[in-house]
Amino acid sequence: MNARPNEAGVGYIDASGRLLPERVRADFPLLARPINGHPLAYLDSAASAQMPLAVLQAIEEYETALHANVHRGVHTLSQRATAAFEGAREYVRRFINARSTREVIFVRGTTEAINLVAQSWGRGQIMAGDEILITHLEHHSNIVPWQLLCAERGARLVAVPPTAAGDIEPEAVLARINPRTKLLAIAHVSNALGTVLPVRELVAAAHERGVLVLVDGAQAVAHEPVDVQQLGCDFYAFSGHKVYGPTGIGVLWGRESLLQAMPPWQGGGDMILTVSVERSTWNELPYKFEAGTPNISGAVGLGAALQYLERVGPAAVGIHEQQLVANTVTALKSVRGLRLVGTPQRRRAVISFVLDGVHPHDIGTILDHEGVAIRTGHHCAMPLMEYYGLAATARASFAAYSTEADAERLIRALHKVREVFG
Amino acid sequence: MKLSDLYRQLILDHNRSPRNFGRLEPADAAATGHNPLCGDRLELTLRMDGERLKQVRFEGQGCAISMASASLMSEAVTGLGRADIERLQQQVHALLTQPDYLPPQDLGKLQALAGVHEFPVRVKCASLCWRTLQAALDRAKQPVSTE
Repeated sequence: MNARPNEAGVGYIDASGRLLPERVRADFPLLARPINGHPLAYLDSAASAQMPLAVLQAIEEYETALHANVHRGVHTLSQRATAAFEGAREYVRRFINARSTREVIFVRGTTEAINLVAQSWGRGQIMAGDEILITHLEHHSNIVPWQLLCAERGARLVAVPPTAAGDIEPEAVLARINPRTKLLAIAHVSNALGTVLPVRELVAAAHERGVLVLVDGAQAVAHEPVDVQQLGCDFYAFSGHKVYGPTGIGVLWGRESLLQAMPPWQGGGDMILTVSVERSTWNELPYKFEAGTPNISGAVGLGAALQYLERVGPAAVGIHEQQLVANTVTALKSVRGLRLVGTPQRRRAVISFVLDGVHPHDIGTILDHEGVAIRTGHHCAMPLMEYYGLAATARASFAAYSTEADAERLIRALHKVREVFG
Repeated sequence: MKLSDLYRQLILDHNRSPRNFGRLEPADAAATGHNPLCGDRLELTLRMDGERLKQVRFEGQGCAISMASASLMSEAVTGLGRADIERLQQQVHALLTQPDYLPPQDLGKLQALAGVHEFPVRVKCASLCWRTLQAALDRAKQPVSTE
């Protein structure tokens, strides 16, 4: 809303171009709160990132000065609310470099985005005997919608296994594409291992074979500049709360020609042009896919989050996180009996590990007691856990505000786990 | 809230060397319990002597709290009738959830679980084995199918 024409990185980057994570951290009120008597080391941003003050203020400003329903009223507030909502859509468009805001559909999150494609595109395009290709790395949200679709249409879901290191090799994907394959649905970055998938290469190869590609970008958008035109994919999905925005808002980007041809997936207000009792006609893109009053303040918050990240500098954030992850991987080797789960060639802001003789939940409880928040469990990736023969792992994940001090606290707390469990 | 209240020596010992670990074959009844949030899995096999639980073994994967709780439970319930098991189960539930609960003397080693109530997210870990035992005992009561 009150867009400040700041240059990217001003105040957040030192003279040599390096991110100053303590400066970023100071923008996040929640990170200043002690947990269990310790300063908080929040290493669970892959589950949900915290929100900077700029986002909280944008939401407050919207709710206290602008709120009304959108696309409906002639009165001043409705016009302001509509301008704020559509302004957020434009921020999203710019952030992912979409051609047009017609391609930017607001949804509840990545899960809803993928379900939208499965139900709207999938029901029209997937026939009995067709195949949908995923990988063993996928989050349940990029597995279950396709299972439901395949069961309904008599189609088959095929999964590409990773290497022992947790990489997806393009050859392994290509070997499973055949004339029945209609869609490749893959994560941009694995939420459980941090693996970066070779999306551009896979998109090019899939398109050569007439296969469309959906990318689950939930774990990518906050960690590297994403350009959907450069990636070349057909659908791209992500969630607001993993990119410093609020929960309950996310984005489906789709190629306009595909979206034009797709039927609506939910009916209601806003998505129609005309309604009679017998039949209705559909509104234009993107409204055709946005039935009902949308999450307006969520969209405003997401827009503010993307503006914030642009101000900090997405490229510098990515470099900072990768450096921190590399240092942490090295430091973890000092913990007796610690084994990394996944050692991918290219990794983003996630490290999964197990400790000999200690269940991940016990690690999580002891770390929490030391003020270190990590995720433990199957990370909504049970097929991947099964592939590695594990019920659960411990996962530390990083963000722009993560510091070397957070990583040191993690290592110290893991030594504490060893003290308790021997 | 102290870590040493949760991870008492007895808990750590039963986690490291669980008693009655394994499976009874043949068994009079079996049940599997899951904690879908954690992915914990516990399988109990029982041998009955009429209404009395003659022997119980457990298998599975889980955190120290769930493993130690199952191990401690297996020792406590062996040889008991259904009514005594239910009484113990209620006492353990109170111990796990009520901060001011004064456990009766006959709770014995199960009192080592007293620290769990300070860690609410771990209550389900400690109670998984009891829920699974109840399911197995309910099954043991059912008439054996002849199909």
